[in-house]
Amino acid sequence: MPTEGVQYRFKEGDLLKSAPNKFNVADLRAEEMIINLGPQHPSTHGVLRLEVLLDGEIVKEVMPHIGYLHRCFEKHAENLPYNQVIPFVDRLDYVASMNNEHAYAMGVERMLGIEHQIPKRVEYVRVLVAELNRIASHFIAIGTYGMDIGAFTPFFWLMRDREHILRLLEWASGARLLYNYIWIGGLFYDIPVGFEERCREFVQYITPKLQELETVLIENKIFVDRTANVGVLPLDLAINCGVTGPMLRGSGLRFDLRKVDGYSVYKELDFDVPIGEGRMGTVGDCWDRTYVRVLEIYESIKIVNQCLDKLTGELKRNRDFDPQALVPKKIRPRAQDFYVRAEIPKGELGFFFRSDGKSDVAFRCKCRSCSFVNLSVLPEIAKGILLADLIAIIGSIDVVMGEVDR
Amino acid sequence: MSTFDQILTLVKRSCTHSDCTIDENATPKAIRIDKRDLIPVMQDLLTDPIAYFDMLSCISGVDNGPDAGTMEVVYNLYSIPFDHHLMIKVTIPRDNGEVESVCSIWRTANWHEREIFDLFGINFLNHPDLRRILLPSDWQGHPLRKDYKHQDYYRNVKVEY
Repeated sequence: MPTEGVQYRFKEGDLLKSAPNKFNVADLRAEEMIINLGPQHPSTHGVLRLEVLLDGEIVKEVMPHIGYLHRCFEKHAENLPYNQVIPFVDRLDYVASMNNEHAYAMGVERMLGIEHQIPKRVEYVRVLVAELNRIASHFIAIGTYGMDIGAFTPFFWLMRDREHILRLLEWASGARLLYNYIWIGGLFYDIPVGFEERCREFVQYITPKLQELETVLIENKIFVDRTANVGVLPLDLAINCGVTGPMLRGSGLRFDLRKVDGYSVYKELDFDVPIGEGRMGTVGDCWDRTYVRVLEIYESIKIVNQCLDKLTGELKRNRDFDPQALVPKKIRPRAQDFYVRAEIPKGELGFFFRSDGKSDVAFRCKCRSCSFVNLSVLPEIAKGILLADLIAIIGSIDVVMGEVDR
Repeated sequence: MSTFDQILTLVKRSCTHSDCTIDENATPKAIRIDKRDLIPVMQDLLTDPIAYFDMLSCISGVDNGPDAGTMEVVYNLYSIPFDHHLMIKVTIPRDNGEVESVCSIWRTANWHEREIFDLFGINFLNHPDLRRILLPSDWQGHPLRKDYKHQDYYRNVKVEY
């Protein structure tokens, strides 16, 4: 039937056909009800739909429904050469694009076997921008989390400070959020003249602001009451569910791929891996997860400082340095299966590649996204809690739907 | 004896239907097993004290195309205490491919397997909740198959943009 200018004709039952409920009204017991949360709801951080089975105010079961933001990343990656996939990789976790690019570029470089030839300056610039982006991503996580449970001021403060990072990255790459800056074998450009000084100014500016943030949000009585002892994720369950990143560390395991794998130049840098200790409640509750993120910002600042020291010291910019010198003209890895992983702000981002050795297009590129796996733990920890706590738990997982749905 | 050899011996011991083979062309090292041995092998890899693969990092489906006529399911395992990596591969036929679900061993598998079911049409036996996850449930076909052709209209909306 031609559309005649009408995009879509609604029919009764269409929604139930395409996104059926997991729970059935006929099976409800007395006092039970089904509440639909999202997909268009500010506290679900994007287009996440939750189907909640409630008994009064107590959540009996939750079922996340995802896929509203599916953009066929893996299909695209099977149809485009390796270097042209990078803009799509940006759009996975769109608040931390540099980290995604870093992981992807690293994977392809290892497949080509050129990972040891990458100049040190390129690696340090990559780590510098990735850590700046990590700070920006944690700002979003903490800011929106505060807003979810009623604290509005920290959100504005953090958005203001995040803007400084975005300006810096825009200056380096030309784009505010989706950079296409880290290329396979190098960088798009060297960082602009004066970038290091501006970065130092930013670090000086941000450190006292973080203290402010801790006083006004993290140690705030209301915030602690809303998050401590809520959504406790025990460590054994976390590992069995494949949870990674600040969520796993919040549950008390000192596990950070930057330390464990020591990829790029992370093994030359000095930083700590903060874990949740249950200071306000139980180990692995929402407060611990948030506090781990705050502590990670301090660690990222440490890394940024060390990178800046290197980039202005022994790896100083010089006229002959060409960040694109090693960028291969044709990217054709030998036939192999390859799994690469890296730590992005939300956890372990992994790429599984299969190349057939005959073309410069991946035969298969699977993205193991951390938000997807972290979100799958929600039905496990959101049982027998209050509906208001469910919102607190979703926020503390810090999902980015672009990465969940790919 | 290196750790990989120890793990290989362990996998060999649990393979009762047919012998496992090493796939050299993979990083981390891969072992190809028969799909009927999947559950005992995985159970051993989780519980045996020398392996202890407590984290299932990733499950990927691979379609080898209509000419080869096979599909593969690739499991990436990681052991947090020992820092071991391992890849386990299972080959299944392309038509009505079926493989046992590993949900009972690692809960991560739940959504990963739903995704593979959604995009490849591989059926996971004994999966607690096998539904489409990324696509709407009245979508036709499985897009990551190499011979996939999308439908012309989805609810009177032209699919091709």
